[in-house]
Amino acid sequence: MDIRAIRNDFPILSQQVYGKPLAYLDNAATTQKPQCVIDALQHYYQHDNANVHRGVHALSERATAAYEGARGIIARFFNARSEREIIFTRGTTEAINLVASSWGGANIKAGDEILITHMEHHSNIVPWQMLCEQTGAVLKVAPINEAGELIMPEFEALLSKRTKLVGVVHMSNALGTINPVTEIISKAHAVGAKVLIDGAQAAAHLPVDVQALDCDFYVTSAHKMYGPTGIGVLIGKEELLEAMPPYQGGGDMIRMVTFEKTEYNDIPYKFEAGTPHIAGAIGFGKALEYISSIGFEAIGKREKALLAYATDKAMAFDGLRLIGTASDKACVLSFVLDGIHPHDLGTIVDREGVAIRAGHHCAMPVMQFYKVPATARASFSIYNTETEVDALFAALKKAQEIFG
Amino acid sequence: MFDLRDLYQQVIVDHNKRPRNFGKLADFNHQADGYNPLCGDKLHIYLKVDDAGVIEDVSFEGEGCAISVASASLMTDALKGKTMQESEEIFGHFQHMATSELDEAPDEEVLGKLTVLAGVREFPSRIKCATLCWHTLHAALQDSPEAAKTE
Repeated sequence: MDIRAIRNDFPILSQQVYGKPLAYLDNAATTQKPQCVIDALQHYYQHDNANVHRGVHALSERATAAYEGARGIIARFFNARSEREIIFTRGTTEAINLVASSWGGANIKAGDEILITHMEHHSNIVPWQMLCEQTGAVLKVAPINEAGELIMPEFEALLSKRTKLVGVVHMSNALGTINPVTEIISKAHAVGAKVLIDGAQAAAHLPVDVQALDCDFYVTSAHKMYGPTGIGVLIGKEELLEAMPPYQGGGDMIRMVTFEKTEYNDIPYKFEAGTPHIAGAIGFGKALEYISSIGFEAIGKREKALLAYATDKAMAFDGLRLIGTASDKACVLSFVLDGIHPHDLGTIVDREGVAIRAGHHCAMPVMQFYKVPATARASFSIYNTETEVDALFAALKKAQEIFG
Repeated sequence: MFDLRDLYQQVIVDHNKRPRNFGKLADFNHQADGYNPLCGDKLHIYLKVDDAGVIEDVSFEGEGCAISVASASLMTDALKGKTMQESEEIFGHFQHMATSELDEAPDEEVLGKLTVLAGVREFPSRIKCATLCWHTLHAALQDSPEAAKTE
């Protein structure tokens, strides 16, 4: 893998901040965009911009072909059974809300249980809490151990006939933990529960085959996969999507409207009310083609090596405590330093050109588990280098000197 | 260009390490919570105000970054012996200093030692760290039952 060539694909990376070379280590928040994605967005607005699914003119036909073409790319990338299983959303958060509201509203009753884990992002907690409030269902939380791994026996013990849905993060944004989703899905199916996998963090780092996983819903966001913000996807099993009521009403999601009655469109359009983020979808498709051009084998190998390099440095660093040491993890180095609050670290390393995240990472229960108010988090991607990791640790040393 | 030492001056590092007036007052008649939902910083302020409206004693508890702890520590030092009215005026001056243009010199006569926090102006994401304690003080003086926020 030629890192230099990959870095050249990302124009933003060559800049300096505060006179220092930028080391962008906040990829779990959002990834940078390769030139091909930027070009695809610009090309669409410069040449093809029109509304989709309605016009009979040339531009509308081109826009529709590009938008639907992106749906096809996404279906193949995740090995969905068909393009009908690909619902465009604003992102992972909206996709989870769609399932909670539509599938949950139709299928969850008082006394039912929804099972999540202690390492979920707020977006895979709050929609289920809202659903439980509305229906009288009960939210159950499977615990994690000190390493930040799901405790499988306890997870299994919480599964029962009352469990109607299991919502699990594929890869934790706060800890880097990769969950054994294949096992989780089969155990959940054994008690008759449906499973939603939150792939926001995983999908740029791990190959995802929704048919092999047999998950009922897989959700993710383009912007964490080198694509644009504001676009994501819900991949659902066709028979479930067919049976679900619409999420939002409006244009495009209907077949026939009278004031007496409205007939809804087929999937996926039933769930795509209003003019969609057409350029975003096209950029999403382009981003997935970019990932495929590198390949997950090369990506996995490279990212593992870089994480190992960073982890070794972290373990040798005086006063540093790693948060999240799962045996199966990827791309995330979450930590705290003795006597220095993560926010102070964030500010200090920023002035050295190093961009990291400091805070609760939208996973406050994880912070509560480790009894820390916040962590500092460096998160890696295919374009990061050992030099950037070195810059991070040099900046941490500087923080220790300031606070010395 | 601004140096990190302009933000993390020795006084600030020192107050973070050894915050003054830290802990619960044995005898207090005003208190309030402060919370910054963006970063999770939490503060609690205790005040003992006499009949004439003069702050006899003040303390704080909580956890946060160096800027928020040092700011609370410096604030509590500055408030003792001031009237409620004077405290609110200092708050106004402090707020102004934390958000003013870089070339504007802070009012040392009113703010005294608190001017060491003027460096936050150069770090927009950290201004709220410095002002949280003042918002909390304001809530305590008003006996607000709700936690103060920096928004």
